[in-house]
Amino acid sequence: MKILVVDDEKDVQVLFEQRFRKEIRNKEMEFAFAYSGEDALKYLNELHEAVLILSDINMPGMSGLELLRHIKEKHHQPPPVVMMITAYGDAENYNTAMRLGADDFLTKPLEFSLLKEKLKAIP
Amino acid sequence: MQSILNLVDQIETLSAEQKKAFAEWVKAADKNITITEFKLDRTEKVKRTTAILLEETIQELELKRKAIEETNTALQKSLEELKATQAQLIQSEKMASLGELTAGIAHEIQNPLNFVNNFSEVSNELIEEMKEELDKGNKEEAKTIADDVKQNLEKINFHGKRADAIVKSMLQHSRTSNNKKEPTDINALADEYLRLAYHGLRAKDKSFNAAIKTDYDESIGLIKIISQDIGRVILNLITNAFYAVMEKKKLQSAEGGYEPTVTVSTKKIDNKIVVEVKDNGTGIPQKALDKIFQPFFTTKPTGQGTGLGLSLSYDIVTKGHGGELKVETKEGEYTMFSIILSL
Repeated sequence: MKILVVDDEKDVQVLFEQRFRKEIRNKEMEFAFAYSGEDALKYLNELHEAVLILSDINMPGMSGLELLRHIKEKHHQPPPVVMMITAYGDAENYNTAMRLGADDFLTKPLEFSLLKEKLKAIP
Repeated sequence: MQSILNLVDQIETLSAEQKKAFAEWVKAADKNITITEFKLDRTEKVKRTTAILLEETIQELELKRKAIEETNTALQKSLEELKATQAQLIQSEKMASLGELTAGIAHEIQNPLNFVNNFSEVSNELIEEMKEELDKGNKEEAKTIADDVKQNLEKINFHGKRADAIVKSMLQHSRTSNNKKEPTDINALADEYLRLAYHGLRAKDKSFNAAIKTDYDESIGLIKIISQDIGRVILNLITNAFYAVMEKKKLQSAEGGYEPTVTVSTKKIDNKIVVEVKDNGTGIPQKALDKIFQPFFTTKPTGQGTGLGLSLSYDIVTKGHGGELKVETKEGEYTMFSIILSL
């Protein structure tokens, strides 16, 4: 499973690599990182097919919600699973994310045990 | 008079002519006395009248003095009330800008907390693994894990301090200034308020979006300023800049190709530090330009701006720091505010 993580906080990379060190070691999961919505789109347009994208909603420049809209509009076949992660768990953010086609919605501080369960449930 | 005339008549040494002349002098003198008496009497009357008038005038003056005294007291009271109101307004301006910050603060604290929680949890797991590796005799593997744990502890510390700084700055922001100039990293201050303002607006308005450019002169080092005051000025200028680009975006057609951009930069020129906040927003019309530093002047709809932001900023920079707050703008194109501080 190839996973693209999008967040403007650079330490997210170390955190994910440690949290999923076993899965990475066993080659169950492979991670790529982008630090902005623009970088993420560039990555996806260069034909790197990521199955899952975890995205921070609040990022300077293109927001996670805009990124979500772009992905769901342009990468149809098959649409990647998109999980939103945000520090704002308010209803408005949640509803917008769902309307734009988000597959899941998680809030910070991130519960990695919960995230792992959700990832394992993806076929 | 008659007795004088009789007396003169009895003096035998005088001739009849002399007696007649005497009698005429006496009569003339008597007439003069009568006139003088009359005049004296008149003067006396005038004097009395004047005294009465004077008394009345004094009374009137006393009344007026009392009235002025009362007016003075009333004025003093309203001056005090005005001062209190002014202090309240300044406080509510602070609170309003704190309100703008709250969501940004929440976001800015959740991010470091996310790292603190997760890096500490994962470090716990790593220690367990390290023990296992040591039991198996894999010393090298254990060392690698120890390095990871060390790195994680550094990250926990870093993000803990980051959250601490955010909470402190929030408290400072709402507190009244202690007016103490302290060595401050102006770049860090500008960047912190830029992030808070950005996330604050982002949280309030989901459609809000702007590119942020920063250009900090790393050679500046620490400068002596009242950091919470200058922080408020920077925050105010950045919030205004974001407002200007949002307003311009509203005026654009959906795919107008307009890219809202806010640029924050610092630079050292000779003995001066310049902090610039530039936006490519609506600009300021010439007729408003003269008034922007006046208290209560605002172009925002009622209830959205106190009209005190720039006026307070101006006071902080000029009176509080002996600096300058300059503006350069072109309507419909850009606005750039410069805070100029002497070292």
